[in-house]
Amino acid sequence: MTTGTILIALLALAVVGYFLGRGRAVASAGGDVRRLHSLPRFYGLNVALTTLIPALAVLAVGLLALPIWTDLRVGAAIGPSLAGGDAGRQSLLIAQADRLAEGLEGADANVAAIAALDDGALAGAFADAGIAVREGTDPSILRAALARVGTQETGSWMLVLLVGLAGVVGALVALRASGPAFRARNAVERAILGVLILASTIAIVTTAGIVLSMLFETINFLRAYPAADFFFGTVWNPRFSGDSQLGLLPLLWGTMYVSLVALIVAVPVGLLAAIYMSEYAGPRVRAVAKPLLEILAGIPTIVYGLFALVTVGPLLRDWFAQPLGLGNSASSVMTAGLVMGVMLIPFVSSLSDDVINAVPQSMRDGSLGLGATKSETIRQVVVPAALPGIVGSILLAASRAIGETMIVVLGAGAAAQMDLNPFEAMTTITVKIVSQLVGDNDFNSPETLVAFALGLTLFVMTLALNVLALWIVRRYREQYE
Amino acid sequence: MSDIAASPPAAGEGRKTSLLRETDRVRKRNAAERRFELYGMAAVGIGLLALAFLLLSILGNGLSSFRQTFVDVPVALDPVAIEEAEASVVKTSRYRDIIEGAFVSALEARGLLEGIDPEEAAGIISEEAPAQFRDYVRANPEAVGRPGEFTFLVNGRIDGFFKGRVTFESAELDGNVTPAQLRLAERLAGAGLIDTRFNWAFFTAPDASGQRPEAAGLGVAILGSAYMMLVVLFLALPIGVAASIYLEEFAPRNRFTDIIEVNISNLAAVPSIVFGILGLAIFINFAGLPQSAPIVGGLVLTLMTLPTIIIATRSALKAVPPSIRDAALGVGASKLQSVFHHVLPLAAPGILTGTILGLAQALGETAPLLLIGMVAFVGEYPDAPPEGLFDPATALPVQVYNWTQKADPAFVERASGAIIVLLAFLVVMNAIAILLRRRFERRW
Amino acid sequence: MNDMRITERAVDLSETKISARNVQVFYGDTHAIKDVSVDIADKTVTAFIGPSGCGKSTFLRCINRMNDTIDTARVTGDILIDGEDIYDRRVDPVQLRAKVGMVFQKPNPFPKSIYDNVAYGPRIHGLARNKVELDEIVERSLRRGAIWDEVKDRLDAPGTGLSGGQQQRLCIARAVATEPEILLMDEPCSALDPIATAQVEELIDELRRNYSVVIVTHSMQQAARVSQKTAFFHLGHLVEYGETGQIFTTPRDPRTESYITGRIG
Repeated sequence: MTTGTILIALLALAVVGYFLGRGRAVASAGGDVRRLHSLPRFYGLNVALTTLIPALAVLAVGLLALPIWTDLRVGAAIGPSLAGGDAGRQSLLIAQADRLAEGLEGADANVAAIAALDDGALAGAFADAGIAVREGTDPSILRAALARVGTQETGSWMLVLLVGLAGVVGALVALRASGPAFRARNAVERAILGVLILASTIAIVTTAGIVLSMLFETINFLRAYPAADFFFGTVWNPRFSGDSQLGLLPLLWGTMYVSLVALIVAVPVGLLAAIYMSEYAGPRVRAVAKPLLEILAGIPTIVYGLFALVTVGPLLRDWFAQPLGLGNSASSVMTAGLVMGVMLIPFVSSLSDDVINAVPQSMRDGSLGLGATKSETIRQVVVPAALPGIVGSILLAASRAIGETMIVVLGAGAAAQMDLNPFEAMTTITVKIVSQLVGDNDFNSPETLVAFALGLTLFVMTLALNVLALWIVRRYREQYE
Repeated sequence: MSDIAASPPAAGEGRKTSLLRETDRVRKRNAAERRFELYGMAAVGIGLLALAFLLLSILGNGLSSFRQTFVDVPVALDPVAIEEAEASVVKTSRYRDIIEGAFVSALEARGLLEGIDPEEAAGIISEEAPAQFRDYVRANPEAVGRPGEFTFLVNGRIDGFFKGRVTFESAELDGNVTPAQLRLAERLAGAGLIDTRFNWAFFTAPDASGQRPEAAGLGVAILGSAYMMLVVLFLALPIGVAASIYLEEFAPRNRFTDIIEVNISNLAAVPSIVFGILGLAIFINFAGLPQSAPIVGGLVLTLMTLPTIIIATRSALKAVPPSIRDAALGVGASKLQSVFHHVLPLAAPGILTGTILGLAQALGETAPLLLIGMVAFVGEYPDAPPEGLFDPATALPVQVYNWTQKADPAFVERASGAIIVLLAFLVVMNAIAILLRRRFERRW
Repeated sequence: MNDMRITERAVDLSETKISARNVQVFYGDTHAIKDVSVDIADKTVTAFIGPSGCGKSTFLRCINRMNDTIDTARVTGDILIDGEDIYDRRVDPVQLRAKVGMVFQKPNPFPKSIYDNVAYGPRIHGLARNKVELDEIVERSLRRGAIWDEVKDRLDAPGTGLSGGQQQRLCIARAVATEPEILLMDEPCSALDPIATAQVEELIDELRRNYSVVIVTHSMQQAARVSQKTAFFHLGHLVEYGETGQIFTTPRDPRTESYITGRIG
């Protein structure tokens, strides 16, 4: 029975419950709905909800617990002695058992009958079911496969039973309560409020999910690879044969360099554009130019990536890098940085625009009233007054630049090196996360796990920048409120 | 205040000057003023120029992908040959022989085969043609035994020749095409057998392998993206609205809600690739959902879109004046009823606008999808939802990335074309959002 | 209030500093100032009174062309300062505003140090050749703003950290630092408490020795206390203009009388 079927059955039960509850409430009031505390439909809803909520909770817990329980049973069936305590070998054995279990399910074999056989007859029974078993496979592996299938089967039936039980019990309890004195509306509203609260906690759950998923794998990685070599290593050279060098510093350097170029482009242009829009441009220019600039922010980053790869990269190589003798790579820090800078222009300008508009008009009047020109007012009064907010928006832009992926994947190159020449290809943290996780890699090798450590590093860096920026901006806003 | 009397007004030289004459200093300051304004204009100009350059470059590279070159070949559907082909192990290679034979004899009949050997001449037909031919034969068994007129794709290089990407000089250096083939193509075009026309298959066909750029299409990618948008819409909208209602209308100001608020604003700024890692670790490795599936992509994009939707919904709720709530409460509605009956309908246009913008943002997202395996080559359409949500698919932006990783330059054209399609979707979505806002904008 | 002071104060017959003729101001479609003509004397305090929205602040902002900063504002008619039309095409508002200082309703010190607040004007207008001269200007201005003794030990402290009354006197010192000939004050005491108000009023009376001061106020008592001449505005019209004593004791126009006796406004 699939989860989908269970859900549909539960919904059907809830609908039945709704009508029963509604009918019972009306009947208990002798047909006069005015004697009820709440409208009849609330009684129905109350029954439906008390059917669904406990049953869904049981289902959720069951679905989480079932694979864990199965894994335990499989692990127990194989036993620790076979792998000799080697974690890698253990996981291989489990994978073998899993494949056999899939075969059993596919062949629709009579698992209980096979499980009753002796160890010696097991392999033959597998072969009869049409599942190829490698010569010399330990019977405990076969037992493990059988345990997996068996546990899954019993587990899912138990789950169906439990869920059904929870639903029916819930419905009965609610039905019993459906009388004129019962405050059905309040009960329903409490349940709805609970759902609302649950929905709002999803942000916390997501953050926890992000942190935990990366933290566990990072710990695994740091067990297999020394932390000092990761954080302070200057060479990035992953090898499939193992013995890789996975130093963070070249990636960090590339990330910082590309971000720096991007900010050098985006900050002055974005800031000046914001100033021009808010202080100089007439309403008509503003009405046209502002949305046009904001289009830049709505364009997906893959578009910028392609632009870097196809247009900007070759252009920079043919017109700058090669004539100047600075290299002949189309992918370079400059390519990625310039394009990323363009992407960040609207980001900086719209944030700065908000910040500049928050500077009170009386400040401008004070300066103009003293005979300052507009630009003197802007440079010496408005910008200094808005500085914290501007710094905040630059930090947000920096965090955006550090975390940007597609532009650097397509524009910066894949060579991990620490070089000063901006026309050289360099690589960033995000590029390496993609290259280590895309493709078929062994999930327990340090070469793959390093991606999680890189992800965590990236997350911590951007989080720090974001928190700092938000704090600065908030402090700044309070100053003028 | 005796100080004041002590210091008479310092009558500087400046004081006697007339207002009507600009002093040197003021002239200099005004020049600086004009310069500063110019810098501002230049900055806006740079931004707009970059936008124009970006769009023109994409359009210039990609518009040609909507057109494709085809060749007309009369093929007699000989029952014996077809039976033989069906019986062989490598069926397409036999079908290829049939097509090539028919093509070469058609060329001979028209006297177009001079200066090129038949094998070479047949090379201008796409590798995709046998499969296309076989599909036709299997779909129309009654046509076997009759002569037929077929329109096949030509090889990507020949297509490139008609689009100006391939020239006689580049063909000299190219192992995949010869100048003789190009000359033949020219002659065929002159005879009206080859022409370039609008290519619907670009929007409907699935992706094709690296040797057949001419056959690659966006069908699976568009479907995959649509499925993911469906998942995002069905998950992010209700969850986002529910969360916003709680935070805006019910939540007390305490530590718990503070933590939620901080989390939401931080999630909005977490790099998208981190969500990809989350999806890989939680949805695929832990929950065991299939790789490359729209359901996983949809879940990841839902988490990414939630902050956008929550922020938009909350500001829409905030814009509904308290008097509406008071009026509902005043006639005895419960707090929940006042929200669901009155506040939510009034905030609906704002919520919808925010949702569409969130979807538009999700539609263009690439990086997280790379990590959950959507880069894989998918040659088959996914089933209809809900089962189809678990089938492998790609997505529009990922398809673009995929094509950029291929060696054949014809794929650059395809990638740019795919971007035009993606941008067209975004323009439509944003236009709807703007229209909604204009239509329903209300000021209290 | 102690209105006895009005009669004590002799009004010097001095030359005209500002002369306005047929001034009209429009904000978009609104006609804010209707045909106002007035002569304002040098070395006097002139008060503009009237109910809110009567146009007194708008007219004040015409005198240093602050209305130029509002896109929709349009000014016609002539305003002459020392016989020169300030709306002449050749006149640069920047140069004009150095000559016509302004103090605003809400104290608006820049988020800079006290010293930099006062030095701002002299710096942009290039009034000091070196640091010593600038120090002198700052001290002189702060003394003239009657705030020197309170801040001389903390010139590096931010101007925004001062109390409301101190901030307003700092703003007056800042306006004085550019050595203007005219000081415009737009309800300078409306955001201040009574003690700070008294200090600023005392200061205004002393500023009269060096400047032509025009003050907008909605407090009739304040107009009576600090000004020698008073102009009463109503609905964009200049209703009556004359000696402060005369306006308050024997108004000629019934509208002025209604306002002064508290029936309108």
